[in-house]
Amino acid sequence: MSEHTAVDTNAEHHADPDVVRKTAIWVFLGSEVLFFGSLISTFLLYRTRIGDGPGAEVFDIPFTSVSSFVLLMSSLTMVLAHHASTRKDWRQMRVWLLATAMLGMVFLAGQVYEFTEFVHEGLTVGTSPFGSSFFVLTGFHGAHVAVGVILLLGTAFMSFAGRFRPDEGMNVEMVGLYWHFVDIVWIAIFTIVYLLQV
Amino acid sequence: MTSATPATIPAARTGIWGWMTTTDHKKIGLLYGVTAIVFFVVGGVEALFIRAQLALPNGEVLSADAYNQMFTMHATTMVFLVVMPLATAFINYFLPLQIGARDVAFPRLNAFSYWLFLFAGLFLTISFFVGGSPDAGWFGYAPLSTQLDEVVRMDYWALGLNTLGVASIVSSVNFITTTLTMRAPGMSLMRMPVFSWMSTIVSFLLLFSLPMVAVGLFQVYFDRNLGTLFFDAAGGGDPVLWQHLFWLFGHPEVYVLILPAMGIVSEVLPTFSRKPLFGRNFVIFSGIAIGFMGFGVWAHHMFTTGLGPVAEAAFALTTMFIAVPTGVKIFNWLGTIWGGRLQLNSSALFAIGFIFLFVIGGLSGVTHSISPADSQQHDSYYVVAHFHYVLFGGAIFGVFSGIYYWFPKVTGRLLGERLGKWNFWLMFIGMNLTFAPMHMLGLNGMPRRTYRYGEGLGFDMWNLVATVGSFVLAFGVLLFLMNAWRSYRRGEAAGDDPWDARTLEWSTTSPPPVYNFAHIPEVTAEDDFWHRKYGVDEQGRAARRDDYVPVDQSTPPPGLHLPSPSYYPILGSFGIFMMITGLVYVPWGLLATGAGAVVTLWGMFGWSMEDLVREHH
Repeated sequence: MSEHTAVDTNAEHHADPDVVRKTAIWVFLGSEVLFFGSLISTFLLYRTRIGDGPGAEVFDIPFTSVSSFVLLMSSLTMVLAHHASTRKDWRQMRVWLLATAMLGMVFLAGQVYEFTEFVHEGLTVGTSPFGSSFFVLTGFHGAHVAVGVILLLGTAFMSFAGRFRPDEGMNVEMVGLYWHFVDIVWIAIFTIVYLLQV
Repeated sequence: MTSATPATIPAARTGIWGWMTTTDHKKIGLLYGVTAIVFFVVGGVEALFIRAQLALPNGEVLSADAYNQMFTMHATTMVFLVVMPLATAFINYFLPLQIGARDVAFPRLNAFSYWLFLFAGLFLTISFFVGGSPDAGWFGYAPLSTQLDEVVRMDYWALGLNTLGVASIVSSVNFITTTLTMRAPGMSLMRMPVFSWMSTIVSFLLLFSLPMVAVGLFQVYFDRNLGTLFFDAAGGGDPVLWQHLFWLFGHPEVYVLILPAMGIVSEVLPTFSRKPLFGRNFVIFSGIAIGFMGFGVWAHHMFTTGLGPVAEAAFALTTMFIAVPTGVKIFNWLGTIWGGRLQLNSSALFAIGFIFLFVIGGLSGVTHSISPADSQQHDSYYVVAHFHYVLFGGAIFGVFSGIYYWFPKVTGRLLGERLGKWNFWLMFIGMNLTFAPMHMLGLNGMPRRTYRYGEGLGFDMWNLVATVGSFVLAFGVLLFLMNAWRSYRRGEAAGDDPWDARTLEWSTTSPPPVYNFAHIPEVTAEDDFWHRKYGVDEQGRAARRDDYVPVDQSTPPPGLHLPSPSYYPILGSFGIFMMITGLVYVPWGLLATGAGAVVTLWGMFGWSMEDLVREHH
């Protein structure tokens, strides 16, 4: 989404659109912190309440470590895309944007596989509060990754269609801020949900 | 683009289509205001039904089921569809004007927020016609709200509130960005008018509190539709989690409702006392303090939940403590009036009424911080008396003060003073007749949310008084609606600066031109507009400057580009309306949800491909 500021070519006063949009994204991400904070708090409250169903032993740590690595690498390709955009190297930028979207989709595929496995092992949203809070937390994170993939593909598409204007670098930076945020949230989730099994 | 280019004022700004596609912050502000007034009447009628039912013992007006729907929707409507959007209306209209901006940071996003709010409001209202309105209270306590045998009522509630929350988060991001990046040259943060300050604090409160209740509302929805066990005690879930998530939002929300009114009063009293706000920076910092501390008092709503003595003591203390920055402001306002030449018109009357009633409501509020006493008052009419004194006597009186104050700026006409004073006194007397008796009722043990009471329990007289009062109050509101309509049609012409006021919105025309200011003002002081009009004479008193000439705002500046109208905001928000409607009727409704998702994506995509300013000449 590229929302522009009230463009004011009046020479007296002109808010820099880049600053305006970047401020908005940071403010929005501040709100997201509380959203995931509440989901993680719910999980922490319920992580030992497994009822008659399976608990944390269903987690396949090596598998999820690999998919976490994939997601972390997507932050690297995102940085490369942004870097290319600051050099106005649009071809490179598109390549790295698509690479980032690709890695995001690999992560999502891993999550779908993982969810299917857990259901086969008897852990569903209705098994226990542990199951409810696990699926809702990781599911909302997955939804955020999916939105990010749409944003990345949309940005790349706009670049292919020649709809980018000189401010296009900013769009990449905005998507990048969101993408890195979603990655950081995953680091918290991976640590708290998967690794912290005391 | 040379400076000789004529100004570009977008076409197609009239008619219904013009309103539906508008991106002008002033029109969107008006849309919020008018919509909220309509919902105010709806919520008021619901309140009258409640009072009619309770007028006499063993009331026959409503069934128990209808009564539950009435009190749930009365509160939900008044909080989310009246007070919040009324505040948003003022913020939309006056925040850009007060800080000397041409519009908010994201005009189309602003329109999107409004349409999403409207659709969510309609969504909640529709529920009444398809199986009954939500009926588990505006706080939707689990597991009552997750009981499946209530058909779909609380699905409407959970999804509707979440959608309203999204609309509020989006507009909060917009307002915060506007304040941080769009201020006129010289308008430092501490020079911002107090109303703009309170608007910004409110936006931060919403930004950080709404996501928490959003999680809770999703959990309620999933418990009802996906079989999750978040609040199912039998399955190992914990209903108290809902209370925490709700009040972590719910208490900051209380300040969301009252801070805009405090901002309005802080504009009105200096203007009509012809003195600067006493301890202006202190008011601002108290607002900020309330903003922080508002997140640390939520569990005082849960003193009877059984949190244990340590938690209760801690929250009792924070609750007493937050009364300090709130109480300080009372003295700021009194100090502003003190020694001023107070002009007692309707706006000032409502502002003074606000102080009077808010002090009563504030004091009864502090009594709740004593947790042993609160256990006695909990869920009694004493609590109802308390929060109506702060929300009706406080927030609504503040808003009415603001309406009388800014009506001339918005319409170019003054609101009638004669009807205005009748309006004030009827509302003031009606409000006290309605809610003061509830203190007695509550302390005598009358519980909230019960649809009838028996004869001879000592509740008869005060309930009748309250019901009579509520109709006096309603009559006062009716006079306001008549006054507004008459004044809008043929009120006295106001001129640009009828109150000889202090802030920038009064330096432009009434109503302001679509571009707000012909020249963006250069700000050099707090209350900059006042200092342009007044200097100081030999005795140190304010004296009108001889050399003051109002700026001509009627000629648009050259090379001006305003945001074009766009239908993508309403399209995108309509898609979300389809999505949530479908989600109520799982599984077949998911077809509508899918279609809605496509419509929303279409709206977003068209939006991102469309230039904000399209009239290039």
